[in-house]
Amino acid sequence: MKVREMMERFGLTAATGGKGLDREVKGGYCGDLLSEVMASAPQGCVWLTVQGHQNIVAVAVLREMAAVILTGNRRPDEETLRKADQEGIPILIWPQSAYDLAGRLYESGVGKPAAG
Amino acid sequence: MASLQKSFPIVARDFVHAGEASIHVQSILKAMRMDPALIRRIAICCYEGEMNAVIHGGNGQILLAIEADQLNLAINDDGPGIEDIERAMQPGYSTASEEAREMGFGAGMGLTNMKNNADAIHIDSAPGQGTRVTMRFALPSPAEGP
Repeated sequence: MKVREMMERFGLTAATGGKGLDREVKGGYCGDLLSEVMASAPQGCVWLTVQGHQNIVAVAVLREMAAVILTGNRRPDEETLRKADQEGIPILIWPQSAYDLAGRLYESGVGKPAAG
Repeated sequence: MASLQKSFPIVARDFVHAGEASIHVQSILKAMRMDPALIRRIAICCYEGEMNAVIHGGNGQILLAIEADQLNLAINDDGPGIEDIERAMQPGYSTASEEAREMGFGAGMGLTNMKNNADAIHIDSAPGQGTRVTMRFALPSPAEGP
């Protein structure tokens, strides 16, 4: 599933411009401690977090993430948006909790091990 | 692999530009077509080292040195230095400021991440004498032609 398909399917809105929406979503990760996310987030994942400051962009670039999703209706800082647009990392907004969205994504097959 | 040496400045408490040096290092390694798994390990170490210097250290620099069979990453800063290196290496131990913790840093995982991802790590530091963290990564030898 591409980022733009995920947005349409789950009703996510983009805070950034249109860059990076064709990235492939290969998994998901939830976390608000940057070192923990740095250590464990899978490549190509969407990262669900409450952190909206500029340093999330470097983590997303270095872990080669598909997108960052701010949960709980949090808004990213202006500097975060500027950096994210520059690096082509979409920043998306989700009004409800990380738990809620993570459940929906997993149920739809994102990051779910193949049955069998 | 061709040899290469580059340095990138780090500015203390500059959270606006923090991480950019690590992104630059990553892009250099990608352009060299280094193994993606190895790039990820180096990127983790570089980022954690850079953030440690931004959060705790003074001004400093990242030195990247690539040789035929190894890559060395040094993160030097002229900050206050580390009082107890052994304690600093313990997972979960952190002296990060409240400001840094609110941003999701200061989990006490930085040095642990570096230790887990580098082939070798050495920390040279003392109170008032800054900190020099050096990490080594073995590079796979190029395939031998006939």
